[in-house]
Formats: sequence, C-alpha cells, structure tokens
Amino acid sequence: MANIISDDTIEYVGILAKLELKEEEKARAKKDMSEMLDYIDKLNELDTDGVEPMSHIFPVSNVFREDIVTNTDGSKDTLLNAPKQKDGGFMVPKTIGS
Amino acid sequence: MSKIYETVIGLEVHVELATKTKIFCSCSTAFGGAPNTHTCPVCTGMPGALPVLNRQVVEYAMAVGIATNCKITQYCKFDRKNYFYPDNPQNYQISQLYLPICRDGGIEIETAAGKKTVGIHEIHMEEDAGKLVHDEWEDVSIVDYNRSGVPLIEIVSEPDMRSAEEVIAYLEKLRLIIQYLGASDCKLNEGSMRADVNLSVREAGAKEFGTRTEMKNLNSFKAIARAVEGERARQIELLEEGKKIIQETRRWDDNKETSHTMRSKEDAKDYRYFPEPDLVPVVINDEWIAEVRSRQPEMRQEKMARYQTQYGLPAYDAGILTGDKTFADLFEAAVEICGKPKKVSNWIMVETIRLLKENGMSPDQIQFSPENLAKIVRLSDEGTVTNTVAKEVFELVFLKDIDPEAYIKEHGLSTVSDEGALRAAVEQVIRENPQSVEDYHNGKEKAIGFLVGQTMRAMKGKANPAMVNQLLRELLQAI
Amino acid sequence: MNLMSMTAIELGSKIKKREVSVTEAVTAALDAAERKEPQLNSFVTIDREGALKHAQDVQKRLDEGQIDSPLAGVPVAVKDNLCTEGLLTTCSSKILYNFIPTYTAQAVLQLQQAGAVVIGKTNMDEFAMGSTTETSAFGETKNPWNLSHVPGGSSGGSCAAVAAGECTYALGSDTGGSIRQPSSFCGVTGFKPTYGTVSRYGLIAYGSSLDAIGPVAKDISDCAAILEAIASYDIKDSTSVRREDYKFTSALIDDVKGMKIGIPRDYLGEGLDDDVKNAVLKAAKRLKEKGAVVEEFDLSLVEYAIPAYYVVACAEASSNLARFDGVKYGYRTKEYEGLHNMYKRSRSEGFGAEVKRRIMLGSFVLSSGYYDAYYLKALRTKALIKQAFDRAFEKYDVILGPTAPATAPKLGESLSDPIKMYLGDIYTISVNLAGLPAATLPCGKDRAGLPIGLQLIGDCFQEKKIIRAAYAFEQTRNYEYSPFAEV
Repeated sequence: MANIISDDTIEYVGILAKLELKEEEKARAKKDMSEMLDYIDKLNELDTDGVEPMSHIFPVSNVFREDIVTNTDGSKDTLLNAPKQKDGGFMVPKTIGS
Repeated sequence: MSKIYETVIGLEVHVELATKTKIFCSCSTAFGGAPNTHTCPVCTGMPGALPVLNRQVVEYAMAVGIATNCKITQYCKFDRKNYFYPDNPQNYQISQLYLPICRDGGIEIETAAGKKTVGIHEIHMEEDAGKLVHDEWEDVSIVDYNRSGVPLIEIVSEPDMRSAEEVIAYLEKLRLIIQYLGASDCKLNEGSMRADVNLSVREAGAKEFGTRTEMKNLNSFKAIARAVEGERARQIELLEEGKKIIQETRRWDDNKETSHTMRSKEDAKDYRYFPEPDLVPVVINDEWIAEVRSRQPEMRQEKMARYQTQYGLPAYDAGILTGDKTFADLFEAAVEICGKPKKVSNWIMVETIRLLKENGMSPDQIQFSPENLAKIVRLSDEGTVTNTVAKEVFELVFLKDIDPEAYIKEHGLSTVSDEGALRAAVEQVIRENPQSVEDYHNGKEKAIGFLVGQTMRAMKGKANPAMVNQLLRELLQAI
Repeated sequence: MNLMSMTAIELGSKIKKREVSVTEAVTAALDAAERKEPQLNSFVTIDREGALKHAQDVQKRLDEGQIDSPLAGVPVAVKDNLCTEGLLTTCSSKILYNFIPTYTAQAVLQLQQAGAVVIGKTNMDEFAMGSTTETSAFGETKNPWNLSHVPGGSSGGSCAAVAAGECTYALGSDTGGSIRQPSSFCGVTGFKPTYGTVSRYGLIAYGSSLDAIGPVAKDISDCAAILEAIASYDIKDSTSVRREDYKFTSALIDDVKGMKIGIPRDYLGEGLDDDVKNAVLKAAKRLKEKGAVVEEFDLSLVEYAIPAYYVVACAEASSNLARFDGVKYGYRTKEYEGLHNMYKRSRSEGFGAEVKRRIMLGSFVLSSGYYDAYYLKALRTKALIKQAFDRAFEKYDVILGPTAPATAPKLGESLSDPIKMYLGDIYTISVNLAGLPAATLPCGKDRAGLPIGLQLIGDCFQEKKIIRAAYAFEQTRNYEYSPFAEV
C-alpha cells in the first residue's frame, strides 16, 4: 500500500507549515514523505482496538500557579532579539489585506 | 411570491476572565500599558519557555459553567490549535478541543415572543492573542503581546436562536451572569466580551440547517443586531437568486453595514489540533465542584428578593437595580454608608439613569464612587441642600466624581435657614409683585406658589423651602 | 597530570583541596578546546571571556565556603539547544543564528548554582533532528576516535567534546537516543533520566513529550553526580515529576548480586553488527560473573517503536518549531512580499533539509483527515510499548542491550537514506516513548577501533538500579581515552 504524495499535497502542507520548496526540493520531498508514510503504515499491522491513546506517560494532573503577579516590565527582554521593531513592538508586513 | 425564511443563529462568545495574571504566566492582565511591558518568555513564545496553568482560570470557568447549568468535565485537557499569525507568538494557541471544561448547559431568555432556553454546547478555556496596530505611514503592522496569554473562556451556544432580539437577550443574560460571578467585566467596547455569530437561513418548516457563515468583528450589541439582519438579508438574497451560500468567516464593517469574506489562499483552516504536551490534565473531583458551587455569589433572582425583604424596596426598583451589576454594587455600597435604601434607589433610578442617557453612556462606564452618592443622599435628606442644588451638584459627581460635601461648602450652596435673610428676601418679593399679593388675597392659592418660586430664585435655590413658605404666609397675612 | 584527563569528580576534588584553581581548570578546558576545534568542530560557541569571569566568581564562592558541590569549578559544555542568558543559543540552525536568550535553562542554572563553569555551547543536529550531527548549519562534528567518522547525534558535539577532552563533562538532550547513541559512538558514558526528572524549562523543544536532558561524562560516577545536580521538581515545567529521592550517587556500589538483568532477544537479531553483539554479550557475562541473574527474553513491538516515534516526534516538532517565523527573534529573510511570503521564505531559508522534512511530515499527520489514522494510532502504539516494558520490569531490574546496531558510520554515509538512518535508533527510541531512564557506557571497540556502547534500561524512576549495574560493570574495565584526549 504505497502512499502517493501529489504536488497539491506538498503545496497544502507548505501552506500549513509555512514552507516553500524549490522545484528541485519538491521531488525529493514527495519521495521522502511517501517512503516515510509507507514505513509508518507498518503500525497498521498492530491491533490497537480498545487501547487508549497515551499522550502523557505519568498520571500527573492539576499542576497550577496561583494568580499572583510576579513578572515586571519585560519589554526590553522581549524585544532584545527582534529582527525589526518599531514603537516598542515587533514590526511585521501589514496584516490587513494579506 | 417570496418564500418565508427562518434564521438559525448560534453564538461563540469569548470572555476575558478577571484574573490578575495571564493564563500560563505571572504577567499582569491590566488593560493598557506601553507595548510589550506585560510580557515574559512564556507569553511571547520564546524558545524553551513552558506554560503553567493559573488555577483561578479553572475556577472562573467552572463558576460560569455551574451558573449556566453545564456539566463540568471532570477530566479535562488542553490542546494546541495550530495556525500562523503574528498576534499569536507561538503560532499555536493553547485551547481545548477534545475535552473542554464544561458541556451541555443552557440559560433561559425572555423576549416579546416569550421564554425559551438557549442551549450551551460547551465552554472551553484558552489564551487570548496579542494586538496588531496598523501603521499609518508604512506598509507594516506592529505587534504588542500585552494581551497575549490573557485568559479567555469561549462559550459556544447551540444554534437555538432565531432572531436578533433573541441574540441580544441571550448575550445580556450571559453578561449579567458572568458579571454577577465576578468572572469578567464583560465590556464589549474594550473587547473583554466578544461575540462571533454563526448564522444560516432555511425555509420555514425545513428540517435541515442551511449552510452557515461565521461573522466576526462585532463590537457592540447594536452592531450584532445589525450584522444579524444584514447577514440574514444577504443569505436570503443569494438563495432567491438560486446561488449557493459558501461556508466561510466574514468580517463585519459596522460603518458600512456590510461584511466581506476573510478567506484567503494562505488560510487553510486546518488547525491540526493535538493534545498539549507541555500541560498535564485537569482533574476536577466532586469536592472541588461543590466548593466552587458553595462560593457562587448571590445571583440576580436572589438579590431581587433580598432587596424587597431586607430594604423594603418595591419590586420595580429591585428589578432595575439588579438588572445591571454596576447598579446593584453601587446601590449596596451606598446603602452600606448612608443607610437609606429607598433614597439611594431613587437617585440611581432617576438621576443616574437620566444622566447616563444624556451622555450616551452604559452603566459599566459609571465613574463616581458610592461614597459620593451616599453623601448626596445624606446632604439632600438632611436638608443641608435643597433638592434643586442636590441635583445640580450630582451632575458634577456623575461627570467628575467630585466630593459633594466639599463642593457645597466651597461654593456656599447650603440651604439658607437664617430667618433674617429669608425675611428680607420675602419682603422684597412681596414688594416687587403686588399683583400676585392681590391675587392671593382674592383667594388664588396658586399665587403663593409663584411667590415661593420667586423667593427661591432670588436665593439661587438655596432657601429653605419650608421656611420660605411659612414666612410668606405670615407676611401676606399681615398685609 | 593533564587536567582534562580527569573525571569531574576527580577534578572537583582537586579544586576543593585547592590543588587546582578554578581558573586553571577552566583555562585548561578552553585551551584544549581551542586547540582541537579546527579538527573536531564540537562547539558552536566557545565563551572564553564569560567562562574566565565565571571561574573567578566560583573561586570566590568556594573560598567563602558558599558552595559544597563535587562539581564546583569543573568546566562543562552545554548542548546548543539549552538556553543560556546572554550567550548565543542556535540549536545549530541558521534560523537562530543570532539568538541571545534572556534567561538560562533550569538544568544549566542548577549546574551553575553548584559552581559549574560553562565554557561553551556544543554542536548538534539542527534542532536535535538527526543521528550524526551532520545536519548542523555550522558544519559537522567529527568523531575524536576517527576523524572520518561521525560522532553520532544529535548531541554529537557534547559527546565528542567529552571524548576529546575539550571539557570535563557536558549536557545533552535525548528525544530518541540523542544522548545515548553519540555517547556510544564516542566511547563516553551518557545518561537519559526518567521523563520529567530534569526540568525542560529552557530546553528548546523538539518533541515535548519525549525530550529529556541528561549528562555526558567519562563514567557513571560523574553521570550520577551531574544528574543529582540537574534533577529537580520545577514549578516552571508542568510535566516535571516530584520525586522522593534525588540521591543518585548513593547507588554507586559495586554489587549486583541477585540483580535480575534481561536481554531482549529482539535487540540481538537481524541488523546487529557482530562486533557490537559480542561486546555487549561479553559485558553481560561480566555482570553475571559478579552475581547478576542474566537471561534473554522477548520484549516484543521493537519494530513499531520507530514509526510511532516519528509520528509523535514530528507532529510535536511541527508545532514546536512554528514559533520560528522571523517575527520575534532569529533569521528573517531579506526580501519578501507580505506576511505569508515573509513566513515562508524565512522558514524555508532558515531551516535545513532534515528539519523541513520532519516539519512537513508532522504537519501532514496532524492535518484534517489523518489525525486518527496516524497520530492517535501512534499514541496507541506508544501505550502498547509502555505495557511491554511494564511486563518486562515485573521480571527484571534492568534491561541490557546494545545502544546502537553498529558503531559510528563514516561522514556523509547516512543522510542520503533517511529511513536507514532512523533505523539506527531502533534500540534507543522506545525508551523515550515509554519515558524510561537509560544509560550507555563504553564496553569495547569494533574491528575498526571504534567504540561500542552498552545500554542499560531501567523502569521509570529506577535510575539507581541502572547506576548500580553500570558502576559494577565499570569496575571490570578501564576508561579508554580517544586518540584526541592527549593523555
């Protein structure tokens, strides 16, 4: 049961993941992804009916903070690595109409 | 002949919770503040930072769930909703999809059409996004993460509403409940309460729902009502033209009273939800639910009853005062100080509501303190100032929250009860109005009212009305 | 004696006795690193100035009696995915080429509180995705045993630096074997603790449910002492586990009498290099001679761990790495038209091929219509794998096997066939899925003279059993220095 990855799929995943592949990268990506999915399909050999999906290993629950303000003005640290900034904020291409 | 259509509406209401800190970090949620001052590595998506849940968020969400008759999910979890946008620093939002904290509730609303229950499908906890400011000069936007990570609950209704009137009734009821709980101030204009409207139309009597759209950017009840009407009309027009309705998100422009689609090629609406690995599940046992339930504050019905029994207020007063949490809080605080419930009630129901209307304000914008309201009530009740003066001074209390006692003292507005001064004023009024004096002597009782008015005017409203009345009669008798 | 040939405990003891000053120890490491770096490339950043300043500070605290840790004054190298305040932290990626964290990872902070001196940040596979350290944007690291071979990965820089004597010990991170496999390839000892034992706060996440921070050192005694310093219950990491006992060094006992050790037959089958197999079985024999009860058993499900791992790890990574978008930090492309084009170009230019491959796979398996078939299926498989280990630990104190099926491959051999590369992690990956602790220690060399690693796996929270078995085994052999160690 081979997985065939189409150009549309690569483009769709590119939109989801915000990645844009060059033409020459696309062929490789399609091949890699279909091989990986074929490999992952091995899981279908396993009968997992009735098995609860396990996201956390340990039954740890209810880890909370109390509602107390302890952080002070963080703007300097927040902006320290900003590629572009203006008026105390991060500058990005205009988001209206994009 | 055109067909008859039914509108089917469901709401997604986002409410910012009144916690002191954000949902996953110890930054302040205070409104305003210079850009990015209320931020830290967690709420700005710095590499390596991890979220830790604010217990108060869970308790507020439970309180709202209990008050809206929901079932509390005793094993609930957070999920990641993945999408790229600059106001979302991690490019995923921590939210709840699979196991939201509350489910299957509902509240009763009342409109001209009668009473009905609007179902609540679920309530989930999530984090708010930052703010984007669009630069006027350059083709750029500026990102401020002060609001990023402010806790929200999203209350998702069932598609149970059929008109704008029902939508507003539902929102008002929901807002009142949440305000009573103290879980949020629910200010639509500041964005602490936001509603997205899911709307479809179908031919009356049809069993299946039509294709729905989601309307965003609704900043007032009026805008919501207009958007409901506008979208209903747009969808019916499309159907009448034999066109299809596209399932999409639309943005309402309240100035133009139209909406436009928010679809774009780069916006796949495929959020790839999966369980948040950085947070552990929230397990809510019966004891915790009971504890939150026992701490629920007095809700409107109980408060209304208490105002009638404890304060002896008429049902009408109790209804108006409890119809808005701000009124109720103001009332109780002022009564606590001055101990005159009916008088305080009158000042709220008459003068305050009049001034709100005149200034185009809503009750949550009231700025004066209960202390100053209580002072006005006392000063007017004791006769320190006349009713006229009290009303004038209260306007200033309403607008600027001045201390009325100090103001009255400073401007010499106390009632004049000095007999000598009053007698002189009355004598002058009698001298200047011989016609009215004659009328009085000819049996026209009404003439005395005019003379009282003239005296009050001469005394700039400060004269003790009872004494003026008495002196006038005495001096008129003597003529 | 060469300061860089000592273990952390030995060097720490000399510093404590004032036989060596902190500055001398740190300078020895910095000099060694700077001398060897042109050939090895274990480091992304060496912080001579910061380290020397820190050394003085630690010496002062020592002199004033403020610290009493066996690690005080000992130079350490830290993997470049652990945030260090004011010190470049890149994850060996172009997308973070200029990123200066404003805070220090909890594990590193605890080491510094114990008086450790960070001399620099070590090279790694980009965002810890890889098994060779060849996916680094800053060039591959070379194996100190043979420069034409890879050091393994993803913590290849940390392991090579320890093996070459560029630092006394190092911190690494392990998501699917990233501490154990390169430690094995470089002939050093590495330890991946139980999930949640060391705070992940400040570790730049790859697969959040699998990531663990751990030590890389010359022997298990060092590893136990380092683990003791970095382990903690941290309120900043909600998945951190509060443990009753953090006294790992108390298990450094040369006694395995009656200890039940199981060897999974599944770990000795097809694909396992003969030299590796022989060395591992010989190690098992040594432990048996010391009184351990050693037997083979069937663990099962081993072949399903890799596909389940890639679904879970890539899905989490696709989300964890979404934040690298050119808005808040790191690389932003020079030319772009509009927001989404800026995102796409910054990410496409900033991430390397392997990272993009995993982000795309992860995005795909979570996308609409595939979540149940891939993601939930993988989480169900994970539950079964955990159950298989639970059954094994009902019978055995420790599971013993090879760390990797073969010794370090040659540079450039692995990346062309991803699945083949992923298969190299077959013995390490299931440990992360089940959250277990595991150690690797050198147990010999193959015919080409490359080190072989012995893996010891314990049940959750049973680090001490591993430490005890490892310590007993270490007593049967001497530490072998790599040719680069200049002993």
